[in-house]
Amino acid sequence: MKASAFSYARATSIDNAIELLAAHGDGAKVLSGGQSLMPAMNLRLLAPQLIVDIGALAELRGITVAGGLMRVGALTRHCELLKSGAITLHAPLVAEAIAHVAHPAIRNRGTIGGSLAHADPAAELPACMVALNATIIVRGVAGERRIAAADFFKGIYETVLSPQDLLVAVEWAIAPGNSAHYFHEFARRHGDYAIVGLAAQAVVENGRLIDFRPVLFSVGDRPQLARAAASLVNVAVSPARLSQALQALGEELDPPEDQAASASMRRHLAKVLLAQCVSKLLNRPDLNAGGSA
Amino acid sequence: MTASLSISLLVNGERVDAIVLPRLNLADFLREHLKLTGTHVGCEHGVCGACTVRVNGDIVRACLTLAAQSDGASVETIEGLSDSGEIADLQAAFRDRNALQCGFCTPGMLIAAQDLLTQEAEPDRARIREHLSGNYCRCTGYHAIVDAVEATARRRRERTP
Repeated sequence: MKASAFSYARATSIDNAIELLAAHGDGAKVLSGGQSLMPAMNLRLLAPQLIVDIGALAELRGITVAGGLMRVGALTRHCELLKSGAITLHAPLVAEAIAHVAHPAIRNRGTIGGSLAHADPAAELPACMVALNATIIVRGVAGERRIAAADFFKGIYETVLSPQDLLVAVEWAIAPGNSAHYFHEFARRHGDYAIVGLAAQAVVENGRLIDFRPVLFSVGDRPQLARAAASLVNVAVSPARLSQALQALGEELDPPEDQAASASMRRHLAKVLLAQCVSKLLNRPDLNAGGSA
Repeated sequence: MTASLSISLLVNGERVDAIVLPRLNLADFLREHLKLTGTHVGCEHGVCGACTVRVNGDIVRACLTLAAQSDGASVETIEGLSDSGEIADLQAAFRDRNALQCGFCTPGMLIAAQDLLTQEAEPDRARIREHLSGNYCRCTGYHAIVDAVEATARRRRERTP
């Protein structure tokens, strides 16, 4: 189908974009890469009265590293993340995850800000941001707000953003040298929405997880930090301990059931992913054997 | 409020000035306004890849791009790639290998394949499949398409020592 009629405004600055949004309330939508918004409009799931195109705002684009922080502008496209040496070096989790985001033609247009603001529960980047403990930077009429990624996502396509807010950037601390990461997702075909996925950031020392943030996606209405994994931090992980954590994970998850998978299948796959993740991060093949049961 | 916009862009190297409605997407602009009907419209929500075109050198979904967003851009369609001879060898390989039947997906498939071939000289079959994963073909089962792309990559390597 075709999108229904709307008005179109090309924002000339961040302030101008916020003025336009403030003037039109929830009748307005921000157009970034358009790779989620346009399908929703073409399917008539969304029919905004005004599109505020922020595509020309160069100040929202780019990847910078300074003072131990990595900052990625909201308009930075997936293909730019994929090709960025700074991302490969300082955020290999994101580099690995981005290859799973849709297809080349979509990655050439889709943006990190768009993906985070859209908040699809099956999307890779929101989970990565929670795993990296990132801060999402938002500008609104009252000025700038900094929101922890873990507090940003509120439900299916729901965030703390108000219709007058513009997501301008995301920022996270550069991973220390002893960091490790894991990313994997199960999907029917490459580039499809994940049935279940796991993005994890960790610090490993002397065979132990000193810090561990495994975040599951497509198992609920938002990215979900696996609380059960706390029992694996700062201890020697035995197969029995991992098995207990996996059982606790199954209990803490309440996955949805849809045409892609049943709730129990998602729960099972989440356990498989966590077991693989711990096994890989600790370089302990013996742990994966216990986890897949 | 849904006032028309004036846009100016390059299409296959030629300057085009037009007045468009905001809701008009790039695929419909190319097809309806410019009569460049090689850009096909399949699913209209970014899944099938039939509308793939190049914008400023990068492949994009024309159905997920507004004509208004293409103001100032350089757009290349299958007509442009075909007429310039850029993909003549790839097209020949598709014919030789029967990598098309109904032809609906073919323009998008060719543009996506050419995108890979310009980035990588020696893609293996898995890479070819991955790069074409956003383009649906309901006739061939993909095998012949992968063959054609692989053969073209090989011939181009042989031509450029």
